Amino acid sequence: MRHRFSPFLISLFILLLAVLLSIAVGSVFIPPADLWRVLSGGTPRIVAQAGTIVLTLRLPRTALVLLTGAALGTSGAAYQGLFRNPLADPYLIGVASGAGLGAVLAMSLHWGYTPAAMLVVPAAAFAGALLTVFLVYFMARLGKTVPTTNLILAGVAFSFFASALTSYLMLRSTGELRRAVAWLLGGSVQSGWEAVLTILPFLLPGLAVLLLSGHTLNLLQFGDEQAAQMGLPVARSRTIILIAASLATASAVAFSGIIGFIGLIVPHLVRMWSGADYRRLLPLALISGAAALLLADVLARILIAPQELPVGIVTALVGAPFFLWVLRRARNQGAW
Amino acid sequence: MSLQIEGLSVAYGRRRVLQAVSLTVQPGEVLALIGPNGAGKSTLVRAVSGVIPVEAGTVRLDGQDLLALAPMSRARRLAVVPQAVSLPPAFTAWETVLLGRTPYLNFLGQVSVRDEQIARRALERLDALDLAERRVGELSGGEQQRVLLARALAQSTPVLLMDEPTAHLDLQHQLALMESARELARQDGLAVLIALHDLNLAARYADRLALLLAGRLLALGTPAGVLTPQNILQAYRVQVEVRPHPLDPAVPLVLPGNASVEPRFARSSGE
Repeated sequence: MRHRFSPFLISLFILLLAVLLSIAVGSVFIPPADLWRVLSGGTPRIVAQAGTIVLTLRLPRTALVLLTGAALGTSGAAYQGLFRNPLADPYLIGVASGAGLGAVLAMSLHWGYTPAAMLVVPAAAFAGALLTVFLVYFMARLGKTVPTTNLILAGVAFSFFASALTSYLMLRSTGELRRAVAWLLGGSVQSGWEAVLTILPFLLPGLAVLLLSGHTLNLLQFGDEQAAQMGLPVARSRTIILIAASLATASAVAFSGIIGFIGLIVPHLVRMWSGADYRRLLPLALISGAAALLLADVLARILIAPQELPVGIVTALVGAPFFLWVLRRARNQGAW
Repeated sequence: MSLQIEGLSVAYGRRRVLQAVSLTVQPGEVLALIGPNGAGKSTLVRAVSGVIPVEAGTVRLDGQDLLALAPMSRARRLAVVPQAVSLPPAFTAWETVLLGRTPYLNFLGQVSVRDEQIARRALERLDALDLAERRVGELSGGEQQRVLLARALAQSTPVLLMDEPTAHLDLQHQLALMESARELARQDGLAVLIALHDLNLAARYADRLALLLAGRLLALGTPAGVLTPQNILQAYRVQVEVRPHPLDPAVPLVLPGNASVEPRFARSSGE
């Protein structure tokens, strides 16, 4: 019963701050006051200056980063619950390596830079991610059931295979190497509303299903057998959650590249903070994942300004020490 | 409502672990499944609860085939207290018991006031209401078993299965748990099927015993009828004396002698 409402208010407040920061910070600083004038259609002079930046660059980028962080945080929590494993993250069963292979494959084919071609890489990454998940899922299948250990092992094996192919492709096509590396590090956050609108149809259903899966994940924490004895259709529920989490992760990966660590540490932080109940944990991981990635993206923009760091480097460089610090301070050891 | 198990056979791969077992548990009755390690006690409990595939046979509750039901409907008719297992430690006892209401909830798991009342009454029934706000990971083995029994009770089923619920419990908690099980059978008319290791515990608290050996039903009947030196020698390869219990002459008391016959090494892994 402790902290029943406050974590939501606190994390929403942090998210709001992160959104304002993300809109304000960049090569041109836009104070929140100007943002308000732009959005309320204020004085024309300011709208002309700041308006273009806000509406065509900052807002879509903020929206994309927010959605990506939300997807990674939520599906990370879902994967950890699904596999009952604190090491699980959204990339556990091959989404990242599949997406990487798809993206690098697309880049190595030199599509040029027309608007349509700009969509080829994300589309290939998305396809690669989903194909991998289904391939791993069906390879791990034994009769009607999909044993967790099989799923993880098949995922790991396939990840190595796909990563090897990716490395080989990158070695061969030296020209595109930099771009491909940046993509793999989560450094290709694209701005523009097309990206946001393209992933929404995949992301929203995935997130919606995950947010409704709290009770199911609670049951699964007791093991498949007990969950079934309490009335859960286990195999079907697992598959639905797996598909939803993979859909959300794949669409996040498509435009933002592979951003490590958010999907691993955000669910842990939230669990330490608010307890094990997945009905609370999932929405909190969504909000916190979005806030965390937004803050990391702001850092990525200012740390070596005027250049930008790949946000995946920031999440790992800042996230890992922060997480270790929290881990050492955590008192309730029984979180898992 | 009586639980009728008929011709139940289960195989793991090519190894047959249950062979055409038939028995009936009457409402208000406690039936204990006994037998050596690997005899198939846990397998029987798991098969009856529908979590492992059955090769042949039926499980009926007043004529209705339980194994043909969806998990949700089955969980309204049959609840299971699992073996002392590692529970997710961060859930509170209250959250754990409320999960027993799952078969009556929508897919979001929204509980009503009535569900909370039933969960509360289940905890009260087992003297575990004071544990409600504690995390399951902090509870002792005996307390955890009481919470799991309360969870099964919250499922409001006519049939209760227990899989070696007294393993790892001290004497006091073993007796308390068995008392609770018998009380639930007597007062609520539940049909209770318990897999047990301890022959004397089974003799004292069960109305009837079913002795399993290598997946087959070796003997079925009253404690005095089943716990004979001959049956025990055959099943456990141990010479025993059987005496009337000093506190209740109708209850047999098994006193093991020497393990005079060579132990069977086969089938020692899992049950």
